[in-house]
Amino acid sequence: MSTEILGVLFMFMLTLLLAIPFGKYIARVYNGDKTITDFMAPIERAIYRICGIDSHKEMNWKQHMAALLCINMIWFFGAMIILTTQGSLPLNPDGNPSMSYHLAFNTAISFLVNCNLQHYSGETGVTYFSQLTVMTFLHFVSAATGMAALVVVFRAFRDKTTTSLGNFFRYFLLSCTRILLPVAIVVATILAFRGVPASFAGKDQIISMEGDTVNVSRGPAAGMIAIKHLGTNGGGWFGVNSAHPLENPDYVTNITEMVAQVLIPVAMIFAFGYFIKRKKLSWTIFAVMTAGFLMLVIPTIYYEIHGNPEITKMGIDQSLGSMEGKEIRFGSAASAYWAIITTVISTGSVNSMHDSLTPMSGTMTLLAMMINAFYGGCGVGILNYFIFLVITVFIAGLMVGRTPEMFGRKVEAREVKIAIMIALLHPFIILVPTAMAAFGITSNPDLGWLNNPGFHGFSEMLYEYTSSAANNGSGFEGLGDNTVWWNISCGFVLIFGRYLPIIGPVAIAGILASKKYIPESSGTLKIDSITFSITTFAVILIIAALAFFPALVLGPLAEYFSH
Amino acid sequence: MKTAFKQSFALTVILIVLFAFVYPLTISFIALLSPGKGNGVKLSKNEKVIGYENIGQKFYSDRYFQGRPSAVDYNAAGSAGSNKGTTNPDYLKTVKERIDTFLVHNPEVKRENIPADLVTASASGLDPDISPDAAYIQIKRIGKVRNLSEEQLNVLVGQQIERPLFGLFGPSKVNVLKLNLALDNLSHK
Repeated sequence: MSTEILGVLFMFMLTLLLAIPFGKYIARVYNGDKTITDFMAPIERAIYRICGIDSHKEMNWKQHMAALLCINMIWFFGAMIILTTQGSLPLNPDGNPSMSYHLAFNTAISFLVNCNLQHYSGETGVTYFSQLTVMTFLHFVSAATGMAALVVVFRAFRDKTTTSLGNFFRYFLLSCTRILLPVAIVVATILAFRGVPASFAGKDQIISMEGDTVNVSRGPAAGMIAIKHLGTNGGGWFGVNSAHPLENPDYVTNITEMVAQVLIPVAMIFAFGYFIKRKKLSWTIFAVMTAGFLMLVIPTIYYEIHGNPEITKMGIDQSLGSMEGKEIRFGSAASAYWAIITTVISTGSVNSMHDSLTPMSGTMTLLAMMINAFYGGCGVGILNYFIFLVITVFIAGLMVGRTPEMFGRKVEAREVKIAIMIALLHPFIILVPTAMAAFGITSNPDLGWLNNPGFHGFSEMLYEYTSSAANNGSGFEGLGDNTVWWNISCGFVLIFGRYLPIIGPVAIAGILASKKYIPESSGTLKIDSITFSITTFAVILIIAALAFFPALVLGPLAEYFSH
Repeated sequence: MKTAFKQSFALTVILIVLFAFVYPLTISFIALLSPGKGNGVKLSKNEKVIGYENIGQKFYSDRYFQGRPSAVDYNAAGSAGSNKGTTNPDYLKTVKERIDTFLVHNPEVKRENIPADLVTASASGLDPDISPDAAYIQIKRIGKVRNLSEEQLNVLVGQQIERPLFGLFGPSKVNVLKLNLALDNLSHK
């Protein structure tokens, strides 16, 4: 067990070691400074020319959002068309069928919004053509969308009073060509060399040692698995995602995939500091997020390595930990660590089955998604955190009796209203549909959605909507979710959970940037101080955690205390 | 708005070509240099392919080391876990039955020595590995069926244990398919 704990510490340290210099690199890329990837510049210029994009044209925040929504809409319709016709399109060696309209609706949106909730199973539900043109493509561009939106916020606080916030297409393309693509190639190469399939060959048939005939699903998976982590997407090639021995064959690939998914969210925190030249602010944000992360991950590892108490009662050896739904090559500690990483940042890929986590660990994964701002997804994590910053500035300002200020601009009623609306949206789109689903299943148990009885069944439904709203994509997969109700209702939760939390912070930043700049004085609230950080942490806990406390009590906490 | 649409559309087409075709083909090409050439690593016995190194197989006869329970019966074209909650009464009944079955096939084993991985279903249903304890505990049964000494089998299992990365990080494990291949070789000697 001690080597398992060491493995977890190693993964965390390695992430930090890579993320800090990478954050500096990201800041340089968006700033237009010299970097080692400048050899991509001619390709980018060619792309701008073909598309007729003037990359120097400055946009205000509304133009940014219009461009973002426009290009996202094109992707949505493209994905719908491909998924509903995939059965008759090329690159379908396994002969998989087209999707129903409601499953295609759910899948297209889910990949579009960087969530990757999967109501299908990779081996049988999609073709290689869809895996590449819908899944792999959207893995890249949905991550780049989130990153581009975040850079708009960066820009708003770099300059004094301004309405010009750079060019959306430029930030978007740079995210693709300078950040995602180069790192994805490195990660995919490591995976391919450790045994992840990468060829276009279809299913293989073998006769096993005991003489059974076995079909083995394969495909060009390595590239998709690399970007699914790097872009905090999480939608896997195979049904069980990174628990599949071809998707994540050993401890080295586990470390690689683990580090790849946290890299950009953590690097972005540091990129923020370098970009606006306030490094201390980065460190305080990082400290608050890390404190929150540790608060979630330590109990989870504790409960998983101590095994399932119900099985301990049967008198067998549980020194390996709770092994239901876990793989031997990762062990219980690294599986627990992954469960929290994938839920605090919005990846949603899994290397163990979350439905089979012990009740307390299940609570922690749910809380991670309910807060959704400790590190958070590619770009959008800091946008969520920014909302909490605005609210804290407002509350702290009230407490000391001053006009609240942030980055040298007055924070007024309009901005605070937007921030509060975004903060309350998250519980609203989780709790209301969960209540509706709970009503549906209790008044008509024949629907047969649930794989587990009692409190745990309620947790399955709560988890599904939490995962949708947080654009996470993991699931308590026992839920029978490929039905019209789940596909459509989750689809709408996904849309609200994605675009409003992007538009809100960008709007606040845009409005603040256009206000008069007030130089810092002794009366300015210091948002990079320890006191302010602790206040932010408290505000996050009060708003996010307490809103969900009653729901958690009905689900995993009740399960924990009743056994 | 019209120009934004045109620009977005053109950008989408170019990026689909780049990310959905150029990028995966590049990776396929690089993978040709890897073991298994990007098709997955296969294992053979007497020059006949008997499986993939990383895909667990179902072993049910007493003469082989057995792997972990699987929710999909080791169907490598449809992976899945059981998704059972840890307090689900039906699930706990299944675990009890697995313990009893194991004790019937391995009467020398004491209940408190049965490692958890032999009675819990893996995440993928295709777990190729078991813990070293789970291999050692099956030695008595296999020795009896195959007429091999316990010392021989202890050495065999010892050789097949894959240690943590750099001896420091992660769990130790045994690949069941490789172990059973080595076991067949030992019997033939």
